[in-house]
Amino acid sequence: MADIATSALPSRPATPPRDRVLQALLLLAVLLTALKPVLPDMLIRLPEAWIPPFAAWLDAFFEAIKGDPATGRFGLMMITRWFAEGPLDFLLGVAANLLEGKYRWPFVSDPIPWSAIAVAGAVLGYYLGGWKIALLAGGTFVWTATMGQWEITMQTLSVLAVAAPMGFAIGLVVGIAAWKWKAVDTAIRPVLAVMQTLPFYTYLLPAVIFFKVGPTAGAIATTIYATPPMILMTALGLKKVSPEIVEAGKMSGCTRWQMLTKVYIPSARTEILVGVNQVIMLSLAMVVLTAFIGMPGLGGKLLAMMNSFKLGRSIEIGITIVLVAIMLDQMSKAWVHKLPEHFEKGTPWHVRHKYLLIGITGFVAFFVLAQFVEYFNEVGRRQSLSMGREIDSVIKDFLALDVVQAVTGTIRYVLNVWVLVPFRDALLWIPTPAFILFVMAFAYALGGKRPAIYAAVFFTLVALSGWWDRSIITLYSVLSAVFISTLIGLPLGIFAARSEKWANRILIVCDTAQTFPSFIYLLPAIMLFGITDTTVVLSIVIFTTVPLTRYTIEGLRAVPAEMTEAADMSGCTRWQKLTSVQFPLAMPTLAVGFNQAIMFAFFMVIIAAFIGTQDLGQELQRTLAGTDLGKNFVLGINVSLMALTFDLAIMSWANRRRKALGLG
Amino acid sequence: MKLKHLMSAAALAMVSATPGLSAEDSSEPIVIPIHNWSSQIVMSHVVGQMYEMMGNNVEYVTTDSQAVYESVRLGDVTLELEVWEGAFGASFRAALEKGGLHDAGDHNAVTREDWWYPMWTKDACPGLPDWEALNDCAHLFATPETGDKGLFLDGPVDWLKHGKERAEALGLNYVVRNAGSAAALWAHIGAAEADKTPVLVFNWTPNFAEAVWPGEFVEFPAWEDGCDKDPAKGPIPDKLYDCGNPADGYMKKAAWDGMKDKWPNAYEVLTKISFTNPQIAEMAKLVDIEDYEPEEAAEIWLEENEDIWKQWMPEGAT
Repeated sequence: MADIATSALPSRPATPPRDRVLQALLLLAVLLTALKPVLPDMLIRLPEAWIPPFAAWLDAFFEAIKGDPATGRFGLMMITRWFAEGPLDFLLGVAANLLEGKYRWPFVSDPIPWSAIAVAGAVLGYYLGGWKIALLAGGTFVWTATMGQWEITMQTLSVLAVAAPMGFAIGLVVGIAAWKWKAVDTAIRPVLAVMQTLPFYTYLLPAVIFFKVGPTAGAIATTIYATPPMILMTALGLKKVSPEIVEAGKMSGCTRWQMLTKVYIPSARTEILVGVNQVIMLSLAMVVLTAFIGMPGLGGKLLAMMNSFKLGRSIEIGITIVLVAIMLDQMSKAWVHKLPEHFEKGTPWHVRHKYLLIGITGFVAFFVLAQFVEYFNEVGRRQSLSMGREIDSVIKDFLALDVVQAVTGTIRYVLNVWVLVPFRDALLWIPTPAFILFVMAFAYALGGKRPAIYAAVFFTLVALSGWWDRSIITLYSVLSAVFISTLIGLPLGIFAARSEKWANRILIVCDTAQTFPSFIYLLPAIMLFGITDTTVVLSIVIFTTVPLTRYTIEGLRAVPAEMTEAADMSGCTRWQKLTSVQFPLAMPTLAVGFNQAIMFAFFMVIIAAFIGTQDLGQELQRTLAGTDLGKNFVLGINVSLMALTFDLAIMSWANRRRKALGLG
Repeated sequence: MKLKHLMSAAALAMVSATPGLSAEDSSEPIVIPIHNWSSQIVMSHVVGQMYEMMGNNVEYVTTDSQAVYESVRLGDVTLELEVWEGAFGASFRAALEKGGLHDAGDHNAVTREDWWYPMWTKDACPGLPDWEALNDCAHLFATPETGDKGLFLDGPVDWLKHGKERAEALGLNYVVRNAGSAAALWAHIGAAEADKTPVLVFNWTPNFAEAVWPGEFVEFPAWEDGCDKDPAKGPIPDKLYDCGNPADGYMKKAAWDGMKDKWPNAYEVLTKISFTNPQIAEMAKLVDIEDYEPEEAAEIWLEENEDIWKQWMPEGAT
């Protein structure tokens, strides 16, 4: 997610006076903190009067480019609205008509029966990756239908069917441009870095204003969110095409267009398909969040269920989202691995296309069957196997157990009263300039001069935005959560890395935890820990432990066997081997995991506003209800600036470390 | 180019595919917003199905309940069926000033929002619902974080409920925290349900919660107009917010200004529609307690209450 920023800003190797600079920074920071009681107010917090009205300026700027449809003043909004109401709405309408029977062109009277789609999905799965994926694809559709969620799932998929290809197309084109022209590459990298750290609430409001509330805004927000990795992967893949292949293409007299379509793109197939996979996964991550701006389907239903306190059915919807995500993930990955098939000349058509034929036959058969047996056409709510109520009572009974109450009560008390709240108050107590110096010292120690300068600029901007205290509270939740998840993720990763079997098992858990909509576990978390900082931090922890565990496993397992063997031969104990051989070598990968955990935490802390916080997320959530584009952006950029500070420092450390270890 | 052809084909097909039962109404879909609480969703489907019976096309979009007024104003959304005085009055009035939407009449139903407790709380603190009992019971509502003060869980900040100001004005020994969402309020009550811990939260009626957890509102000094602007109003002469919220807030319908011309029949029906509190509670119950899907719940409600909605329909349409 984050190495874009750093690869654009390579850090320099460390220089000797480094330590002295670090000492000076820290000394100054400590001094300022210690002197707080006698400092003038303007050195503790920026005086209100000094804060430039960024929000008002941005509002004026947006107003100017927006135009006004009511008075006919031309602006960007005319174009976007035309796009939303014309082509985009049309495409969404077609998809919606086919999948869920919405009354739009081409007016297919009824939606396609679920059983026909399930069969076609299974055949496609078999074609791509054999029985396992066939079972996964078919099973997912059967689960969805029998749980009575068919219609909402199709509503979601009909929007994704437009948003994901749009992300793919835009990503491909921009990726090609970035590869072709250096200037484009330089220009988009910082934009992409900001986009990937910007909280999603900041996409949502402009999406509504420019593209109209409903599926159109949902589709646009999804596309914006899902496109960056596609751009990066395309550019990366094209850069890696070997000169021999290019030579061969030139020798056969390809035109420039042919070079691109017949030589470069097919050679970069693997990276491009990884990009496709990323687009799909990120689109699914937006399913619930876009429900705030009128995206129909699973997300909207989930929010409605949560608002009427139906935990069981929320969880069932969550499982559907996970299943759909895993299905699409596995299918697109299988597609990456599946190389194009080549047939002998003269192979008959029906042999070359046997899977297509089987698929069509199955589809038609069930389509016809569904006309006679209603169950195969649509499963009514009453017929469904949903067990919402039963799950509800199981959860409630579990949470009410005395043991559970006692344990969570203790955790809540200790964490809140002794750890979190004092830590927050301490961070808030530090004067602003001292805080900036601490962050600079941290960035300097890790990454050197450049990251330190960026840290200074970024955090000064945060101070100037006028949202300092809220930003610090946001940062406090992020840091606390990442710290706790390190305590969990690291040992878990070390344990799992010891055997292939456990590594795979834990990685599956990681995948599931990452795609399971985080909103759902917020409610049980509140029931366990109340509306407190503990709940906020622990719900972030669930999310941030995933990358930490994953990268620990991957880092440790990637240590070359010769190294560990050498350690064994020199008689290392297991502990020595871990601390002196495996860990140092895995450190760069671990740092990437750590960095990702921080980025995930910045993402999740905004969602935690749903519990009740006093940070930037709460203010962002508030802007969602209005039309304060300027304020919305200022808040979003604050989150982005803080995240980028960490990203730059940690990634530049990881890159240097990798070079020092000779890992490339 | 191709796209343009397809689109005009679509437009043509749209026109020809809808035989006009009510010739006057546009065949473009009437867009009805759906929010995240059940009574509103069912009510929207009830009205949507009535419109469909009249031969109109209807579409539902899920939207934020505050942001919806901006959408109605722009015509992205055609109408809004539940405008609550307390919760959405401010957003509604703001949009009203900018122009583009108007008040399409009140429901018979009244709304109330205030400090509330589930019934089991009263066993521990029998002085309720009188607000003066709150201070004596403060210790019952204490949590590890609040010390010996009680905890009152207020609605999300953007609902602007002024819980803190009220606690201060009336000298209540309570810490007021804002939940992040309605769901967080329910989780808080749900957690207290098992061992009947007393809790004090922000709540409103009509609402599904009444059916799940029977409870009562705290009776604060009665609302007087201007209690939020004029310190003299209310029992304490020099404080604002020293009264409870109005116990009979309005619930309105709002319509986009263009609706009247584009769908005159549907507009006519909208102005006549008026639901009562029990009817709204019934709709919520079908979904929240009996587990029907909102569409099914709407069908059931329409079937069971023909005499009520038929009188709102235009002559000859069923």
